[in-house]
Amino acid sequence: MATVRVLVGTQKGAFILTSDTSRRAWTVSEPLFGGWEVYHVKGSPLDPQRIYAAQSTGWFGQLIQRSDDGGKSWNTVGNEFAYCGEVGTHQWYDGSQHPWEFNRVWHLEPDLHDAETVYAGVEDAALFRSVDGGQSWQELPALRAAHGELWQPGAGGMCLHTILLHPTDPQRIIVAISAAGAFRSDDGGESWRGINHGLVSNWELPDPHANVGHCVHNLAMNPARPDLLFMQKHWDVMRSDNGGDDWREISGNLPSDFGFPIAVHAHEPETVYVIPIKSDSEHFPPEGKLRVYRSRTGGGEWEALTHGLPQEHCYTNVLRDAMAVDTLEECGLYFGTTSGHLYASADGGDHWTVIAQHLPKVLSVEVQVVP
Amino acid sequence: MIRVRLPMHLRNLAGVAREIELEVPAPVTISAVLDLLERDYPALRGTLRRYDTGERRPFIRFFAGGEDISHDPTDRPLPAAVVDAKEHLLIIGAMAGG
Repeated sequence: MATVRVLVGTQKGAFILTSDTSRRAWTVSEPLFGGWEVYHVKGSPLDPQRIYAAQSTGWFGQLIQRSDDGGKSWNTVGNEFAYCGEVGTHQWYDGSQHPWEFNRVWHLEPDLHDAETVYAGVEDAALFRSVDGGQSWQELPALRAAHGELWQPGAGGMCLHTILLHPTDPQRIIVAISAAGAFRSDDGGESWRGINHGLVSNWELPDPHANVGHCVHNLAMNPARPDLLFMQKHWDVMRSDNGGDDWREISGNLPSDFGFPIAVHAHEPETVYVIPIKSDSEHFPPEGKLRVYRSRTGGGEWEALTHGLPQEHCYTNVLRDAMAVDTLEECGLYFGTTSGHLYASADGGDHWTVIAQHLPKVLSVEVQVVP
Repeated sequence: MIRVRLPMHLRNLAGVAREIELEVPAPVTISAVLDLLERDYPALRGTLRRYDTGERRPFIRFFAGGEDISHDPTDRPLPAAVVDAKEHLLIIGAMAGG
């Protein structure tokens, strides 16, 4: 019988939750890498027993852990992330130029076509690739040539936080960076261009329509429609029907269009989920009500999903990598909060239950369905 | 032979007990000790000093003979008491935070 495995990265370690496919009863692991920040944990779609974890602290730097037995045992792999060639500079908070400096790995994305290949999105923003299961990492430096001198850190740092791999075209890679925007390569990472046409950042950029500098928080797509992309921007929820060439706003009737994560239903490419928070300076749900919003029309018209979620005095947040969907016939959704609660829905968001609570601040959530 | 103590997280990472004994050829310096530690315990690579510059990580501190030697040149010989294993070389995660 298949098992559902939820991989949770937190500020003080990682956790693995498991359930059968009913998703009614969950087992929570002991903390993995206790005391370390774990920005992301993700399994390979080709070999679900292979899982990568990005582990770091300010004291001891970055480590990458790999498990080949579904999280039972772990070994460190390569942790040298050396920028390629001249390091160069990017914009600093005050507008001056600042040298690129590696800080941490934000996101690990195992490849869809080769089990030994995995991508890493890092801060300061760059994309690295390993073709030997994480033992060694090479930068794809052409990305930083896409006007890297104009990129600047968001409040959380200048991070490459989102990596979308095309399900059938291994040459197409889409990434998102705060605060630079979304970028696409159609040649396996050899060249890149900004895909930010239609984004408007009225309060963040001198030119609100600039091609580079937008604070993109997260991107999502359903592999069945890889040209249909959804974006949660700093402000605004956006959609593209042509692989990011053009974007249009779909915020519609959301109570706020500020937020961090965005997710797409596993079987309905036009069903999309966001978790609005009040504003850029008040990172908590409007009215103290934790609501997931679902659009079944590809945006524009949104319904609040509240059953099982706290509807008073809730002032938590959900970070950009902390929402995921499973691939079971009735799509499951999962998200973790900055106050350490992990919520799950086994019916597309209609009903929610807490499957773990009082964890450390949740940084990331991923889910696997293991045969 | 010298005796080295690591902070808890790095002991767990390297899979070692509280104390590590190392045979370090003369001259016994911080650089030589770190080279051997990273050779014998590859999981420690990058955790004590940066890959790109070789510099000590800012929150790593070295103590020998009761003195903070973190800012000493890394090719300076360690005190005789450490070289003779009468005292430990302490590698410490600095106190930081609130």
